[in-house]
Amino acid sequence: MRYDARAMPERYIVVGGGLAGLMTVIKLAEAGKHVDVFSIVPVKRSHSVCAQGGINGAVNTKGEGDHPDIHVKDTLKGGDFLAEQPPVRGMCHAAPQIIYLLDRMGVPFNRTSEGLLDFRRFGGTLHHRTAFAGASTGQQLLYALDEQVRRYESEGLVRKFEYWEYLSFIKDEQGACRGIAAIDLRTMQIEAFAADAVCLATGGPGIVYGRSTNSTINTGSANGRSYMDGAIYANAEFVQVHPTAIPGEDKHRLMSESARGEGGRVWVPKQKGDKRLGREIPENERWYFLEEKYPKYGNLVPRDVGSREIFSVVKDLGMGVGGEDVVYLDVTHIPAATLDRKLGGIMEIYEKFQGVDPRKNPMKIFPAVHYSMGGLWVDYEADGKNDLVPGSPRQQSTNIPGLYATGECDYAYHGANRLGANSLLSCIYAGMIGGPAMISHARNAAPKKGDVPASLLQGAKGQWAERFDKIYKMEGPENPYLIGQQMGELMVKVSTVVKKNPELDDAVVKIQEMKERWKKCSVLDTGRTLNQSATYLNQLWNMLEIAHLNLVASRLRDESRGSHYKPEFVLPKPKTSRPQDDKEFMAAWKARNDKWLKNSMGKWTSQGPSVLFQDLQSLKNPILAPEPRHYD
Amino acid sequence: MTEKVVVRIERSHPHRWEEFHVERRPNANVISVLMQIQRNPLTADGQRTSPPSWDAACLEEVCGSCTMNVNGRVRQACSALIDHLEQPITLSPMKKFPLVRDLAVDRQKMFDALKRVRAWIPIDGTYDLGPGPRQAPEDQEINYVLSTCMTCGCCLEVCPQVGESAAFIGAAAISQTRLFNNHPTGRMNASERLRALMPEGGVADCGKAANCVQACPKNIPLTSSIAEMARQTTRQALRDWFFHDESKGSVITVA
Repeated sequence: MRYDARAMPERYIVVGGGLAGLMTVIKLAEAGKHVDVFSIVPVKRSHSVCAQGGINGAVNTKGEGDHPDIHVKDTLKGGDFLAEQPPVRGMCHAAPQIIYLLDRMGVPFNRTSEGLLDFRRFGGTLHHRTAFAGASTGQQLLYALDEQVRRYESEGLVRKFEYWEYLSFIKDEQGACRGIAAIDLRTMQIEAFAADAVCLATGGPGIVYGRSTNSTINTGSANGRSYMDGAIYANAEFVQVHPTAIPGEDKHRLMSESARGEGGRVWVPKQKGDKRLGREIPENERWYFLEEKYPKYGNLVPRDVGSREIFSVVKDLGMGVGGEDVVYLDVTHIPAATLDRKLGGIMEIYEKFQGVDPRKNPMKIFPAVHYSMGGLWVDYEADGKNDLVPGSPRQQSTNIPGLYATGECDYAYHGANRLGANSLLSCIYAGMIGGPAMISHARNAAPKKGDVPASLLQGAKGQWAERFDKIYKMEGPENPYLIGQQMGELMVKVSTVVKKNPELDDAVVKIQEMKERWKKCSVLDTGRTLNQSATYLNQLWNMLEIAHLNLVASRLRDESRGSHYKPEFVLPKPKTSRPQDDKEFMAAWKARNDKWLKNSMGKWTSQGPSVLFQDLQSLKNPILAPEPRHYD
Repeated sequence: MTEKVVVRIERSHPHRWEEFHVERRPNANVISVLMQIQRNPLTADGQRTSPPSWDAACLEEVCGSCTMNVNGRVRQACSALIDHLEQPITLSPMKKFPLVRDLAVDRQKMFDALKRVRAWIPIDGTYDLGPGPRQAPEDQEINYVLSTCMTCGCCLEVCPQVGESAAFIGAAAISQTRLFNNHPTGRMNASERLRALMPEGGVADCGKAANCVQACPKNIPLTSSIAEMARQTTRQALRDWFFHDESKGSVITVA
């Protein structure tokens, strides 16, 4: 499609400079539009750098008969059908050309001997579908987009506001988004910026869980604040716990699924509490529990399944390595040269942070919070054939006119559980359709950026200046970082792999107590240069709001689906190898789906989160009828 | 093993050194210790102070944010494990960049340098134009290593040619030039990048101290990159001199 590049003085704002934000910027700049990108860190340091394993696309270069439609099915089934289907299909069909685009941008993807892109296996699929650049694919993809944006920056189309933090969107009397308020983290200066459309690409809220695989910058603060200001936050209860991470004091470091994609095996010693070193335990004394239980997918079951199995082996059976909360992830049977070529980045991380060579010793790992499937609700527009309408202003639009969301901060592509190597893809795809949608919105919207009344901007700026003045004066006995740590511990305990209603009820009360304690905090620092405590206090409140919503939505969803697992509400196993052959099971499964195959729509109120369960639009005319999810 | 971690931090606003004692935890690193200080910002002699400011993001040594001098050596704080550090541990900001506050500095000049050398592949557009050029696995392996540069600034911090007033662009940007000139598409614009390395502050300003390659946390062969770019720049300068064709910015092949 073509855009009219005879630029009016339109201006667009993108908040966040990870893969989704930068792809949104590129689509806007490519159409000749002026874009301001706001980021709390130089965009090259965004959290996308942490993605390791790769990016999915059914390019089918391995003679396996792979096809984008199979990718669609794997993705929908992986997410237990809790995703609107047309955007998922759009994404999977665009995937091969997205990988080719990245290849043209210079991403150093691993190659076959013929010089073609190489692909490896990942979880939740039986095909080699994942393109990769060593084991730091996210870093390499982010750098490629960063370079393209730098090119636009040097041409004057893009202005970067790095070390600026989003505070809120600015709403006019009609409830439309007309710009943002932001703070310069170095000078603590607060400003308001008008725009024709705003896109949030602010990532996930991993830090709500304290220690996770996420970067310290992933507070979800922007998402939480936007939810408080009226944006719907959907499926907050769906947070992915990655099966394999190195437990750490400051964070849990991811051990990519690609370790298993390249043949890594998960096991524990058959003898409880065995004190021998992993490499000294003979083959016949090892229990490869994933391979035993899931002969077809083995170590490459989807992440929610993998995490639950590891959790159960450790917590229920007490069979963690040496009696601790860890299991082995073993790649020692793979030649060291292959490991260095295909998994170099993560081998280095394990060696550097654990001081043990994973080429010679099985790695000790445990599940850790990793990714938020839920996020800001966004719309889509599809035609009768379920194809997305190109350039429709509804793509990636939140319920606030003029406010868009792309990347992990949106809720759209992964349903109840994300498949590995689909996140880089969803970030880039959302940006590719979100940018043009913003342009269409700006073209159609009656009032333009130039019409934003000065009073609206001044009002927002003044309101935030007042809020920060109050924060600078906080002198209570509580330490905000301590509350943040306790919030994280609470969330990990009650709202990760296994959820129980009485615990969730207690946790809601505790979060409300933390909100009260927030008011009794000390600002710790009254400086006006890079005052990180003051900005943390603002972030912490927004994190508490997301935690609160997560707990309420988790409490209300009385079923097990994907990452959301309540032992009290699990369907009995089907008695036949194909679940469809067990009529009794199918009746129970259908009853459950009729009741719960719905998006939880979180709306902020001053009394606490209001959560409504709403039917999926696309299930009226689905691309694929939902079916029981099994990987045996 | 001592029970406490003793850490001395160079603070700004106003300039001072502060000492902190925190409980020693298993697997601790400099960042986890800074986090402990945030939760209880008391100096060793019991004085209340503000938590030190520092930059951090990934904590896996892939984003480059938390670079600082740890016991006098520039590195990422996240991978500086307490068990491997001599105590008292001293933390100070990088000295070759403008100070923002405490341990945080402004590395904008590194990103500006990437602009100067046009460190990108000038693609025609994001439309569906099919796959990129085929590449041998050996070339990919070289480029991958060059492409892991996270613009952390270690190579500039240890370079005697880099200073607040000196103009030297530094190893990172020169190595990025090599990366793009080594890509089949990027090569088409090689001469533009090389010309950016010719003026004062360019590749010729390297004093060959070779500290950069020692300091690089990603083991990027920075001295080879500098040598290779010096060769390519000389060749380019000769071509430009013989053919007086600077204005066109295209490569002229010398038979």
